Amino acid sequence: MSMSQQAAPAVPAPPAPGPKESDGRTARRPLALRLLARPEVGVLLGAVAVFVFFLVAAPAVRDGSSMANILYQSSTIGIMALPVALLMIGGEFDLSSGVAVITSALTASMISYQLTMNVWVGVIVALAVSLGVGLLNGWMLVRTGLPSFLVTLGTFLILQGVNLAVTKLITGNVATDDISDMDGFGQARAIFASSFDVGGVQVKITVVWWLVFAGLATWVLLRTRYGNWVFAAGGDQESARAVGVPVTFTKISLFMLVGLGAWFVGMHQLFSFNTVQSGEGVGQELIYIAAAVIGGCLLTGGYGSAIGPVFGAFMFGMVQQGIVYAGWNPDWFKAFLGVMLLGATLINLWVRRTATRR
Amino acid sequence: MTTVTETPLVELRGAGKSYGNIRALHGVDLTVRPSEVTCVLGDNGAGKSTLIKIVSGLHQHTEGEFLVDGEPVRFSSPREALDRGIATVYQDLATVPLMPVWRNFFLGSELTKGAWPLRRLDIERMKKTADEELRNMGIVLDDLEQPIGTLSGGQRQCVAIARAVHFGARVLILDEPTAALGVKQSGVVLKYIAAARDRGLGVIFITHNPHHAYLVGDHFSVLRLGTLELSADRSEVSLEELTNHMAGGAELAALKHELAQVRGVDVEELPDERDLRATAAPIPSRPSAPSHPSSPSSPEGSS
Repeated sequence: MSMSQQAAPAVPAPPAPGPKESDGRTARRPLALRLLARPEVGVLLGAVAVFVFFLVAAPAVRDGSSMANILYQSSTIGIMALPVALLMIGGEFDLSSGVAVITSALTASMISYQLTMNVWVGVIVALAVSLGVGLLNGWMLVRTGLPSFLVTLGTFLILQGVNLAVTKLITGNVATDDISDMDGFGQARAIFASSFDVGGVQVKITVVWWLVFAGLATWVLLRTRYGNWVFAAGGDQESARAVGVPVTFTKISLFMLVGLGAWFVGMHQLFSFNTVQSGEGVGQELIYIAAAVIGGCLLTGGYGSAIGPVFGAFMFGMVQQGIVYAGWNPDWFKAFLGVMLLGATLINLWVRRTATRR
Repeated sequence: MTTVTETPLVELRGAGKSYGNIRALHGVDLTVRPSEVTCVLGDNGAGKSTLIKIVSGLHQHTEGEFLVDGEPVRFSSPREALDRGIATVYQDLATVPLMPVWRNFFLGSELTKGAWPLRRLDIERMKKTADEELRNMGIVLDDLEQPIGTLSGGQRQCVAIARAVHFGARVLILDEPTAALGVKQSGVVLKYIAAARDRGLGVIFITHNPHHAYLVGDHFSVLRLGTLELSADRSEVSLEELTNHMAGGAELAALKHELAQVRGVDVEELPDERDLRATAAPIPSRPSAPSHPSSPSSPEGSS
């Protein structure tokens, strides 16, 4: 990207009129340094390191189906890590994203089952609810000017309580009823939770969605006006507003994008397990945020990428499954994650300082 | 410079702004014409920021009139002001530091190509245009991809000015562009102010440095405690007089009087109160209410 600025002409061009080509004070930074300045490079190195580590430490990882399983684990984190990362670049974060996934799944499940309707009705209503939660988060944030930590902590607690209470009220149970025999289930499952065969290995469709969404998010972030606004809203909200960036719209829509992600992952959970446990999802929001931070997004906003969180989520999936394949006690998982998070943050910090130094 | 009969680009008539029960600005007249630099001077808290916030659309006036091209307006957002050709270059919030120079240049007014679902930034054209515009203003940058935060303060101001000029600003508001800059960099910025003026823009130059103001200014308005203390054309005021007004005018004379009582302070070279009175004459004398809380020590009150 940084090289597309000028292509060297084959024939020496006539000297351009006007001011001279460069003021000669800034030497062109070496390629390695310019690469390091990209937000996703640090995490790429980290992901490769973790991958190689488990390839050596856990021979079972080398199997194709293990790889597919690792990628599947990564994708369920990664799909949510994407909008969470965009939101973080936009200067905010969302603590309610973990339970919002369950809210969405519960809504779809209960609407379809209780009203005995095609599951697609539930899916659409769940989409509306998820977007609504995002809208509410965003609207409260821009309306009150409170930090997103407080606003979304409130939503997190509300949704957690509502998930449990409403599910018990309606089903008399902490889980929803099995909807696998309802109209449209097969169709929905094909989209949200099917598998396909790659050389004898079953790969979950979420892996494909994950990579498609990552590509889409990257394109939006780097190649559209909206992406520019996201960076600006997170980088310096007041400046952005002063030059005419619709900061309010940008922030609210980012929260709604997180809602969209929560809906998608919620639908995946519903259509792969047929029922939903209403108490789940707590703590997942921190995993998403951690994946985004490991992926090189600045917690304070204005800096990051959509590719970085892909590697961040992959590191999570890799460690989570790798520990199992290596035959270690899975209790170590969280400790491992903590070390990884700190390590990644420090590396990012160092990389940014080194690479952006003049 | 220009005929007075021409409709000014921007005109304030007795404009003021109250925040709750605090009157930040009161009864201010200001006129901005094409190819003229109107300098607004004043000490900290004199109401300069409030004044430009009204003109740039961040705040709304609560009294008086605000006219653009002769018609009364009331902006509810900076976007509206921009659409009327009023661009503001803020002292500290002109740019987003972590974003590349070219992205900053087009921020909020990005060029795009393609139809909607595939509508995307026209990066090549934006980089080319940004480079050209910056060169036209005499700013040469090696790498438009570098984060604008790595540029010096003066360079950032210049990029912001070039940006405003490019986006068809007819009125350019500069909020203390030289405040945080060194001597040489201030010179660079002043050069771009002159360049913008020569392109036919009306410039509002906010500063508290009378020397900088006098280098480029055509008209000078000095604010003090939210009201207009002096409004004079270049021909009516000298740098010394301007400096005196800036430095506190009559207050300074009173201070001199006090200092004269103190042993060892040489007050011979300080201006006399009478001189200041004389130069203050061209102000259209504005009756200030005796109960006005923010101007207990106005010159009228002390005499």
